[in-house]
Amino acid sequence: MTHGTLQPPFFIALATMASWAFFFLFGHMRDLVRKRLPKAARKGYAPIRQDYEDFYTRRMFYRIHDCWNRPICSAPDAWVDVMERTPVDGQKPLKLTGATRRCLNLGSYNYLGFAAADEYCTPRVLATMRELGWSMCSSRIDAGTTPVHLELESLVAEFVGKQAALTFGMGFATNSIVIPAIVGRGCLILSDALNHASIVAGARGSGAKVKVFAHNDADHLEAVLRASIAEGQLRTRRPWRKVLVVVEGIYSMEGEIVDLAAIVAVAKKYKAYLYLDEAHSIGALGTGGRGVCEACGVDPADIDVMMGTFTKSFGSCGGYIAADRGVIDYLRRVAPGHHYATSMAPPAAQQIVSALRLIRGEDGSDRGARKIAALHANSNWFRRRLVEIGCNVLGDWNSPVMPVMLFQPGKIAAASRLCWERGVALVVVGFPATPLMTARARVCISAAHTREDLEHALQVLDEVSELALLKYHPRKALHLNGAEHLVKG
Amino acid sequence: MGEVVELARARWAAACAGTRDVISGGAALAPGRRGAVLLQAAEDVYEIFKPGGRLHPTYFLEHEGHLVVEAVFLAVIAYLTLHPRAPHRSRKQEMPLSEQEIDDLCEEWQPEPLHKPLPNSQALPEPPVISSAAGAWVVANGRRVLNMVSLNFLGVAGDPVVMEECAATVVKYGVGSCGPRGFYGTIDVHLELEARLAEFMGTEESIIYAYDLATIPSVLPAFANAKDLIVCDEGVSYPIQNGCHLSRAKVRYFKHNDVADLERVLLEVAAQDRRVRKPLNRRFIVVEGIYAQYGDLAPLAAIHALKCKYRYRLVVDESLALGVLGAHGRGACEHSGLAPGQVEIVAASMGNALASVGGFCAGEREIVDHQRLSGLGYCYSASLPPLLATAALGTLRTLQGAQAPKLLAALQRNARLLRDLLANIPGVSVWGGDADEASPIVHLQLAAAEGDAQAAEAVLQAAVDAALADSGVLLVVNRLSPLDRVRVKPSIRLAVTAAHSEADVRTAAAAVADALARVVPATPCPVSKQPS
Repeated sequence: MTHGTLQPPFFIALATMASWAFFFLFGHMRDLVRKRLPKAARKGYAPIRQDYEDFYTRRMFYRIHDCWNRPICSAPDAWVDVMERTPVDGQKPLKLTGATRRCLNLGSYNYLGFAAADEYCTPRVLATMRELGWSMCSSRIDAGTTPVHLELESLVAEFVGKQAALTFGMGFATNSIVIPAIVGRGCLILSDALNHASIVAGARGSGAKVKVFAHNDADHLEAVLRASIAEGQLRTRRPWRKVLVVVEGIYSMEGEIVDLAAIVAVAKKYKAYLYLDEAHSIGALGTGGRGVCEACGVDPADIDVMMGTFTKSFGSCGGYIAADRGVIDYLRRVAPGHHYATSMAPPAAQQIVSALRLIRGEDGSDRGARKIAALHANSNWFRRRLVEIGCNVLGDWNSPVMPVMLFQPGKIAAASRLCWERGVALVVVGFPATPLMTARARVCISAAHTREDLEHALQVLDEVSELALLKYHPRKALHLNGAEHLVKG
Repeated sequence: MGEVVELARARWAAACAGTRDVISGGAALAPGRRGAVLLQAAEDVYEIFKPGGRLHPTYFLEHEGHLVVEAVFLAVIAYLTLHPRAPHRSRKQEMPLSEQEIDDLCEEWQPEPLHKPLPNSQALPEPPVISSAAGAWVVANGRRVLNMVSLNFLGVAGDPVVMEECAATVVKYGVGSCGPRGFYGTIDVHLELEARLAEFMGTEESIIYAYDLATIPSVLPAFANAKDLIVCDEGVSYPIQNGCHLSRAKVRYFKHNDVADLERVLLEVAAQDRRVRKPLNRRFIVVEGIYAQYGDLAPLAAIHALKCKYRYRLVVDESLALGVLGAHGRGACEHSGLAPGQVEIVAASMGNALASVGGFCAGEREIVDHQRLSGLGYCYSASLPPLLATAALGTLRTLQGAQAPKLLAALQRNARLLRDLLANIPGVSVWGGDADEASPIVHLQLAAAEGDAQAAEAVLQAAVDAALADSGVLLVVNRLSPLDRVRVKPSIRLAVTAAHSEADVRTAAAAVADALARVVPATPCPVSKQPS
């Protein structure tokens, strides 16, 4: 982590706890009244939403639910048309007013700017759609494999530097389907503390024992790994069948880049398999966009399973698994996503193929390389300026994801609404997606942003940070001049 | 007091004398007299122990008897303190591993390979490469063939009007949505699709997921947790099994499509709940409208009656029935005469009759709204590409339009015809009975009662290959993932659509009969281990 911290200043921590205490207090007081009201419960049926499960939604989320799910009616490009909704009114759903507002988009995962129509990709997508339609209405093993899928898989394998690849129609499901296919009972999963929900779902679905190691901490990983191998399985004390270490390339809620070289060294030393989720880093890191291996100088051969998604950098949908041919052949036989799910829409597959070709310069221009360079320049410039205005920014240089810490729950709504009023679409994240104490706003930078766009965004964020008291680190600027020269390739 | 003791002594002496008589003389004492003597003895013992008696605890302790008790206690304490015994140690203290030992253990440990080696017999045949839209006829491996595989039941994939709308969507919105629904990934076409789906299904609201295989596995864990109960048909497809597993709820299975067995399970649960006085928990019955692995219909009317009787919520996966069954194409629930509100949760894939990609769930607002924060696949995944929402909207429009009755009727006619034709092929059997004639999915199994599943699969694959090579009919052997808990006999799966003509259906059936006749051994013996 370069400068930000998840640790709130003392008084902010107190204030955050006090806010939550108030919410719980008032929530429960309102619930006392609510419990006395006649309910339309069905006799003999337990309520479908349990009171305690629903408490947060009922008493907190509905007060500020205008900050999320804002519908848009344009491509999620550098600027986006956001549809206006009626103000919050109790727990009623928000209604569209019909008006729209053009906002600068700091929310979408449009790292390389492939979200909107593209002069190279879109004609190819349309041609594929006219030839193959938009759905094969069949799974990959039945009649859902088209030449585009095969081309995509060989291109992806080549791009990430593996022997073979397999694609699925959804990034989340790629993790939740593939992890149970490679580990099961008697295996151990060592998962980073901040891994994405899809990895958690996959690990839970696998039936393997899951242990968590401290976020991005290779030393702790080693300690847990040593102890686990020495102890063996719980109760039976048999040796583990295999150990899978699961890390992400860029952690999407922290903007941090994995300490890959150190983790690879530990995994190799203890013969653990390494599963790398490059959902946010593929296309975004490394001078060639080949992801975190390229950025950290790690040989892809040292990673056993490379996973990534096409949603972010390639402006499409779905995910891939790249590995040795034997593993991929095995997954073709075993992974339920290959057997039962409708295959990826051919136009979506074509979008990825075209974007990959463009990144590799196969269109005969350097547009792809310029996009990656622009993404890095934009990200580092914006990150430096955010730190200079005094915000608590998490993450590493070159990472296009930069969370700005808010801490207090009240500031979630404040930051989001103030930015919205000023025409900036900002993503805010609070409990349950983050721990209670560390609510944050998240900026995603795109290659499609111009310097003027970013200047404008920064001006707005400066003003909002002033109003919402987000400048937790006012003196950081002194240490920072020229720090981005230290950034690796 | 003295007289009492004196009396007791006298009686005791008499009793002893009596006993002596019994021991020595045997029958010297008459039976009546012997009983009186024993009674006398009991009375004497009582005299000693009764309140005030010499050995009554109170009297005993008050007259230095306590010294005896204290002496016993002291002896026990001394024994416990001085008794030699092994010191109690925890396992950790017993054998702390040295760093060197841990190093050795780590050195010694050999993991299994990342994937199990696959025997050749388990490798999948290369799937056909399709290079045209998924119509009744497709170009597979470069050759135009009759398609009996795609689940494009209404035959609307590639519809020219929808094509133009999708193209316009791509130009306007790009391909991907670049974000989850919560973070600027909600696009106006998503909202419109959700509204239209709800309207079509006759429910308050609906929610769309970007992937069919993530729909049910998100829906079930949103509502069920470790305290809750899911009762499932044992033949449910993998996504439902996965959803049950992820929810951590207690899962009980009933025999496939057996209503009596379902009732048995429900009764057992009710009895057990009564016994342990279990507080009211959420209970679900989960079934599929048309079962993917069987091609048959769930007896939904009967299941619904049981669900009401035992107060369960009913979850129906309509993936294969939506747009196929019912007067409006609303699915198996409508086919079974259930009104929209009667089934609490309906989920379906949009990859089949709707000719799009993804899935959706429809229900009351409370149910749908809860998933928007609790549905994992909804919250943590990028939303559906807008062009696919446009495509699904196009199909919904067709389903609500003037063409719909004709399409549904054609589909039903084709489904019946195919089932009838296939039922007459010797050596194979069609899964399902008369109730399933409306299902457009037909599973064709080898009639041989038992046999090696792998060998049977190889025979069927040979038949499928022959049908493609000789008759130009694309078929597929139903293949299960090894992670699937359902184990069905291998089958050839045929799917018929509204776009097939009667001649197409007859061609397909003839091709199957022809291929099977050549591949399956002529005698109705069990499948041989070495298929031809």
